[in-house]
Amino acid sequence: MSDESDKGQPPNVRPSLFLERQSYRRRRLTDAARLLPFLGALLFALPLLWPDKSSGDAAVPLSSAIFYIFVCWGALIVIGLIFGFVARRMRTPEDPDTGAE
Amino acid sequence: MSRKVLLIEDEPNIAEAIRFLLTREGWQVEIHGDGTDALQVIQGAQPDLVILDVMLPGKSGMDILRDLREMEELASLPVLMLTARGQSRDREMAENAGVSRFMTKPFSNAEVLTAVRDLHAQATQM
Amino acid sequence: MATVNVLILVCLGYVVFLFAVAFAADRMAAAGRGKWLRSPLIYTLSLSIYCTAWTFYGAVGNAARSGLEFVTIYLGPTLVMVSWWWGLRKLVRVGRSQRVTSIADLLSSRYGKSNTLAVCVTILAVLGGTPYIALQLQSITLSFSIFAEADPSGLYREGSSVFWVAAGLAVFAILFGTRNLDVNERHHGVVTAIAVEAVVKLFALIAVGVFVVWGIAGGIAPMMERIDASEIGQWHVDAGRWTTFIFLSAAAFICLPRMFQVMVVENDDESHLRTAAWAFPLYLLLMSLFVVPIAVVGLDLLPEGANPDLFVLTVPLSQGNDWLAMLSFIGGFSSATSMVIVTAMALSTMVSNHVVMPIWLNTQEGTGSVSGDVRNIVLMARRVSIAVVMALGYFYYRLSGGGAALASIGLVAFAGISQILPALVGGLFWRGATRTGALVGLTVGFVLWIYTLLLPGMSGASMPESVLQNGLFGLGWLRPQALFGIEGIDPIVHSVMWSLLLNTIAFCVASLLSFPSPLERLQGAQFVNVFDHSVAPRGWSGSVAQSEDLMIMTQRILGTGPAQEFFQAEAEKQGGRSHLPEPTPAFLGRLERELSGSVGTATAHAMIGQIVGGSSVSVEDLLAVADESAQLLEYSSQLEVKSSELSRTARQLREANAKLTQVSAQKDSFLSQVSHELRTPMTSIRAFSEIMRDAEGLSGDEQTRYATIIHDEALRLTRLLDDLLDLSVLENGQVNLNISDDSLRSLLDRAVSSALAGAGSKISVRRARAAERIVLHTDLDRLGQVFINLISNAQKYCDAEEPVLTISAYDVGGRIIIDFIDNGSGIPPGARSMVFEKFARVGGDKAGGAGLGLAICREIMQRLGGEISYLPGQGGAAFRVSLPLAHRQAAQ
Repeated sequence: MSDESDKGQPPNVRPSLFLERQSYRRRRLTDAARLLPFLGALLFALPLLWPDKSSGDAAVPLSSAIFYIFVCWGALIVIGLIFGFVARRMRTPEDPDTGAE
Repeated sequence: MSRKVLLIEDEPNIAEAIRFLLTREGWQVEIHGDGTDALQVIQGAQPDLVILDVMLPGKSGMDILRDLREMEELASLPVLMLTARGQSRDREMAENAGVSRFMTKPFSNAEVLTAVRDLHAQATQM
Repeated sequence: MATVNVLILVCLGYVVFLFAVAFAADRMAAAGRGKWLRSPLIYTLSLSIYCTAWTFYGAVGNAARSGLEFVTIYLGPTLVMVSWWWGLRKLVRVGRSQRVTSIADLLSSRYGKSNTLAVCVTILAVLGGTPYIALQLQSITLSFSIFAEADPSGLYREGSSVFWVAAGLAVFAILFGTRNLDVNERHHGVVTAIAVEAVVKLFALIAVGVFVVWGIAGGIAPMMERIDASEIGQWHVDAGRWTTFIFLSAAAFICLPRMFQVMVVENDDESHLRTAAWAFPLYLLLMSLFVVPIAVVGLDLLPEGANPDLFVLTVPLSQGNDWLAMLSFIGGFSSATSMVIVTAMALSTMVSNHVVMPIWLNTQEGTGSVSGDVRNIVLMARRVSIAVVMALGYFYYRLSGGGAALASIGLVAFAGISQILPALVGGLFWRGATRTGALVGLTVGFVLWIYTLLLPGMSGASMPESVLQNGLFGLGWLRPQALFGIEGIDPIVHSVMWSLLLNTIAFCVASLLSFPSPLERLQGAQFVNVFDHSVAPRGWSGSVAQSEDLMIMTQRILGTGPAQEFFQAEAEKQGGRSHLPEPTPAFLGRLERELSGSVGTATAHAMIGQIVGGSSVSVEDLLAVADESAQLLEYSSQLEVKSSELSRTARQLREANAKLTQVSAQKDSFLSQVSHELRTPMTSIRAFSEIMRDAEGLSGDEQTRYATIIHDEALRLTRLLDDLLDLSVLENGQVNLNISDDSLRSLLDRAVSSALAGAGSKISVRRARAAERIVLHTDLDRLGQVFINLISNAQKYCDAEEPVLTISAYDVGGRIIIDFIDNGSGIPPGARSMVFEKFARVGGDKAGGAGLGLAICREIMQRLGGEISYLPGQGGAAFRVSLPLAHRQAAQ
């Protein structure tokens, strides 16, 4: 109920195509945000497959490991940051709470 | 000096009968058949006695009586009231309105004559 | 070299500075200024109490021992923050909408406001939190000892310093954590001080890191080479520990009471999460960025056997960089103090709300209402709780003797507090989760944690060696570190795996097997679907509640000002006739939520229950209320139907009554009329017959005339009696109709001539004779009687100068309509409804008949299957007679 009243604009003011596109994008963005922790878990689990000093092969040097971990970490932060900002910008003209779809 | 009675009655036959009776007793009888201007007629005729029917066209006898008692010069005029409805409520109403004598139709001629004589006697004694 | 005295001065100065910050922030918040106090940045920084002294110092030590493994402790929270959309958002929304004061309160609230559960969680949290506080005390004293070793004065004594540190922290926590009561009013002062400390510890660690990388190693590339060349320079992790620690730290991040305090309770705005989702991982990343470099350099520079946990301090010291060491010390001190303060606050809230208050309320039971200043009691309970928690930490430290045994306690505490996770996550996402399930799961996890991790890990005789080696009661599969005979797993991984696995299984199975109470189901729906409805549908039946009592109680808890404001607002919301609101269920629900911010959900529920119901309202009561209200709803809708039915009936009754009264009056007046109509002719007859009998000397003329009068009046009497009989017959339906055919024209001809005969006919009748060529098939005499009546009425009553009666006839769709319209003044509107009644004569005049004519006409027309009605708006009196053209006999 409040969704409708909050929008407050008659549907013919804005082309409906744009509206749909906007909400479509927002939904996909939400999907991406939800997938982010799984991506992170995957990335942080990957080093377990690397050869370490106990195996016969040449172990991965710690500097590379550090580099990998921190780059992944940074990437997660940047994606989270982007999501946060885009979501906020997209949300402002819309209703404040899309709830748990 | 002749005694004058004003008879206010819309039934011509009843009026005729009463006129016959009272004329024989030596009364000068005037008849009026309408309620509307009855008060003015009473004032104009200056009767010694009024015989008043209750159900009159234009204005009911009760109302005429009430108005009549309001008027100073007519407040003590003897009024004999006749009604054909004969309900006790009518008698009460008439007495409250200040009637001198109340009679129910049909009456015997003797009763009417007695009533008229009594009323006249009371009025002249005073 | 800084002396211990200088160090103590610096510490005291720093604490005073924090006091000032906290005090200023509280003042600004109270004055409504300082929006930045509620900014996402402060929120993010306050989350940094996750990074305790254990991580500040311990991370480097951990890195020096096992390489990158330390990073798992940061990766877990990162994943939790990144998945805020899934979990934290819901947690924060639930916490805010239910005005939850602690993690124990949240679980208690979710599972039907069960205080048992709250007490369990509180015990678990205190058990896990106490060693953790001891760990912080240890880190502070250790760092002191580093400086003390170098201090020639040798004034430093470990034992007393720990005591003073603990006491100082307790005072700080009490001063700023229990100043205002409503936890949801939020501790702006403390949070701001924590944010400042977060900056300080980050700055300190980065400063040391920058010094190490660029000051000692000479840049990034040389640093990387140095790392690879070091003893930990090759990638090596234990897969089990790696994944377990990531999971464990993630779980602890959510479940730790202090994290819940800053993340949910102190949260000002849900949208802050969006910022914290990336900003806090960034903070963690920065905190761990220089950990490995510091560890590697420390391993290089410092002598063998140096405690790697203190590299952050000892590396700068060994390079003679006293100020950097001092900064690093302040960083560690910050980590420890902020953690201890918030933990103490969170634990004290739990202890006072779930242990002290229920006990106190129990002792108050029977007095009927709440007496004494609850506000002070709650505050006192919290202050004492803080002191007790700190004291427990202190004694734990003294008993365990410090040393290495404490080092692993961080992860042990994590594993302990994570036992809450199944109940928490289940409660948020699964409506089927029950109180029984939560209790069973929690107990199973708790016992397993103690048995497999806490006791074996503790030094000394906490667990007999035989049990450790051979299992409980000598049962091999019950060996604490090799349950079910599965050996060779890292003790922590082993414990976490079994305890959480069996915890979850027990929770699910018990939930499925048990049946939740109605309140649980209500709360469950509220929690799981928190985004659908953030308003609580909890029912208080307030009929018994005294608003005044509630007001008094609320004043004691919230304070006079806020309580009055709240009640005023509620009263205005209700319509504002008095200054106290009616105790409606909605109001009580809001009041309970308001109070639960101060004393916890279960306690607030119990307190209101005490006033509203004289005792705690049971779930069954609530259910009954809910049932009752549902029934009431149905009943009231039925009532509504009934009452509209009733009012309809009443209206009909009123109408009928009016009709009856009218009929009764008509009957009276009918009798009176009949009397009058009979007496009048009888009067004449009697008078003249007496005259003829008694009077002498009557002339022959007179005799004839008087005899004629008697005769006429006798006829009149006869007519009247005829009319009355006629009417009676018609009304009783005993009339025999004499049907024949004739044209309307001839019938009207006869009627007009008969009506106008005799009397001086001054009225002229206009007719359209052409239209009257209609053949009638009816009782012509009766219809003629109607016509005559109407015509003679017009003749009698039309008051026009030149009276004219117009008779017009139509044939309309099988019905004949005949209108009689004169040009007089007509019948006044008020009398129209009465003209067809008996003796109804307009204006009371008596022009002729007895007033039965129209009544008879109406009866006749009914008999003939037609009707007669008065036509308004025709100028004069107008009557319409209508009857069916092909009339079939209607009567009989």
